[in-house]
Amino acid sequence: MKDFEPVIVAFCCHYCAYTAADMAGSLRLCYPPNVKIIRVPCSGKVDVIHLMQAIERGADGVYVAGCLEGDCHFKTGNAKAARRVAYVKRLLQEIGIEPERIEMIMMSAGMGERFAATAEEFTDRIRRLGPNPVNLMGATKTHDPHNASPAQKESAAR
Amino acid sequence: METESVLERVFKAGHLAVTSECGPPRGALPDKIREKAEVLRGHVDAVNVTDNQTAMVRMSSLTACIVIRQMGLHPILQMVTRDRNRLALQSDLLGAYAFDINTMLCLSGDHPHFGDHPMAANVYDLDSMQLIQTVRTMRDKGTFQGGEAIGNPPKMFIGAAANPFADPFELRVRRLAKKATAGADFIQTQCIYNLDKFEKWMEGVRRRRLHENLFIMAGITPLKSAGMARYMQKKVPGMDVPDELVKRLAALPKDNQADEGITIAVEAIERLKKVEGVHGFHIMAIEWEHKVPEIVRRAGLYPRPAV
Amino acid sequence: MITAERKPIQEIINFVSPYKNLLLVGCNECVTVCSAGGRKEVALLSSALQVAFMKSGRVINIRELTLERQCDPEYVEQLVPVIDSVDAVLSLACGCGVQEIARRFKDKMVFPGVNTKFMGASERPGVWAERCQGCGDCLLGVTGGICPIARCSKRLQNGPCGGSSNGKCEISPDVDCVWQLIWDRLKALGLEDRYEAILPAKDWRSGRGGGPRKIVREDLM
Repeated sequence: MKDFEPVIVAFCCHYCAYTAADMAGSLRLCYPPNVKIIRVPCSGKVDVIHLMQAIERGADGVYVAGCLEGDCHFKTGNAKAARRVAYVKRLLQEIGIEPERIEMIMMSAGMGERFAATAEEFTDRIRRLGPNPVNLMGATKTHDPHNASPAQKESAAR
Repeated sequence: METESVLERVFKAGHLAVTSECGPPRGALPDKIREKAEVLRGHVDAVNVTDNQTAMVRMSSLTACIVIRQMGLHPILQMVTRDRNRLALQSDLLGAYAFDINTMLCLSGDHPHFGDHPMAANVYDLDSMQLIQTVRTMRDKGTFQGGEAIGNPPKMFIGAAANPFADPFELRVRRLAKKATAGADFIQTQCIYNLDKFEKWMEGVRRRRLHENLFIMAGITPLKSAGMARYMQKKVPGMDVPDELVKRLAALPKDNQADEGITIAVEAIERLKKVEGVHGFHIMAIEWEHKVPEIVRRAGLYPRPAV
Repeated sequence: MITAERKPIQEIINFVSPYKNLLLVGCNECVTVCSAGGRKEVALLSSALQVAFMKSGRVINIRELTLERQCDPEYVEQLVPVIDSVDAVLSLACGCGVQEIARRFKDKMVFPGVNTKFMGASERPGVWAERCQGCGDCLLGVTGGICPIARCSKRLQNGPCGGSSNGKCEISPDVDCVWQLIWDRLKALGLEDRYEAILPAKDWRSGRGGGPRKIVREDLM
């Protein structure tokens, strides 16, 4: 696993986590380039389907970063996100994927250090877990069932 | 008399009746019933035989009743509606009467959730109220619940249960009225520890004059220990055990608690004898049947009247 | 609505693993409302199955489609153009829908992806509770609008039993004693005396006891 560089997707809410990411940048804090940030208006915008499809498309790890408990700009978005993450963890467990590959993380807008630290910790966790099992078999390269044309689907099935 | 039931004769002769209970074994072991029932001979007027109590499979109430009848004792056939539909219930009543069993008790039955077969389909074709109506119709009209005539209809003396301590309390007298309307002849209550609450219920019963046509038997279960008292207080739904009782037992060393439990039971009987509308006592000493004769004697209810 | 819950994934995988081309059909009615088998759940399950199969080096072709309802033949007919391109169908509709697809496409394996549970209503978002057992002879008019057949653990029509405690059923503190609810409602409506009217033995023929049921409306045929 020496040359395994995890691909990590981080859904970051605009009001807290994304701002914290900005702050990490301003503070010139380093965090692993493995983490690909997707900005969302609120962590509550992230649906279970986004998490599941991220794994399906080969992300080795996914986390949702939202505001601290009680501080959500939209009141309960972060709580909903946390419950959805828990739901997908159980679903992943059922299909034999490590539930640790997804996580809910909370932070405030000023927590640049926390953003960098969690990015580091999570990347480390995923590096230790190893590649997403769907990647190991090389199936993802040719696979994109949700947008594929019938012809592409045929070739993917072979 | 409506029936040939010994219990009916005792009530109508103006005596306080005494009944107790026999739980059939969890196996094809008729001798166990004989042992338990023999202990009670001469000290009770009739013996209840439970029906898959707490939703655990036991030898059937009907067959255990037959064993007891053949000993020359008088069984009370308990029937729950949980396990059998109206065909089977009426069928068993015919069978019971064919073996000279003439007293029965109608119950809904504990939910299978509590028993050894929680996965079973619960029947509940009838509820206890509708069973009372059915048995009454069989006796008074000589017809099955479906309307057809019965050859030699069973004439059962019909009992029902009452729990003055279950919620909602304000409903419990009305519920008794319903059972009276349905056709019950006698009532056995859940075991009583909170005598004040029981007397309050009896006030409501008397206000509605239900005691004039229903023979009410007060349920008595002797406490074996403070532990048992606490368990019944906390873990058994519909049970009311006052704290003073628990404390009274807990104040004694373990070895003395059982005797105190018997004393408490006897005291309760003495107090309840004086309550207008109480026509007898139903002593449930589960797995402690050998104490029943002592309780009956100490409560001044021995010997049983010859009727 | 009719409520349902997704079957355990492993059970679904065991159903569909022999097949290469699967049609995953959702339903836009009841199972959408209880978030078990609508468009979103179809996408989610499809994704989860893909992951499960890719893990073992396979790719399964899943075609996703959500019908307005699966319990009307007109809608099931909409599957005709795609049915030949698949080897098996996984339906997330309630048992009614699954059977309609099986009836229409006699030579196609159809599997249920959900366990149909009960007829119920939403108590609050994410919580559905049983309300109706389809006994066929509704007595809600005499029980203050609360059903003891569906909501009493012993389906007592003359309850409560002696196990009612603090408004809860003897089987669990999480289950309301429906007879407490009925009594409270009768009180609120000033109908306490109605409690003493005995509901006689029920004729279960109007329910499942009389065999599988049918409704025929000749004016609509």
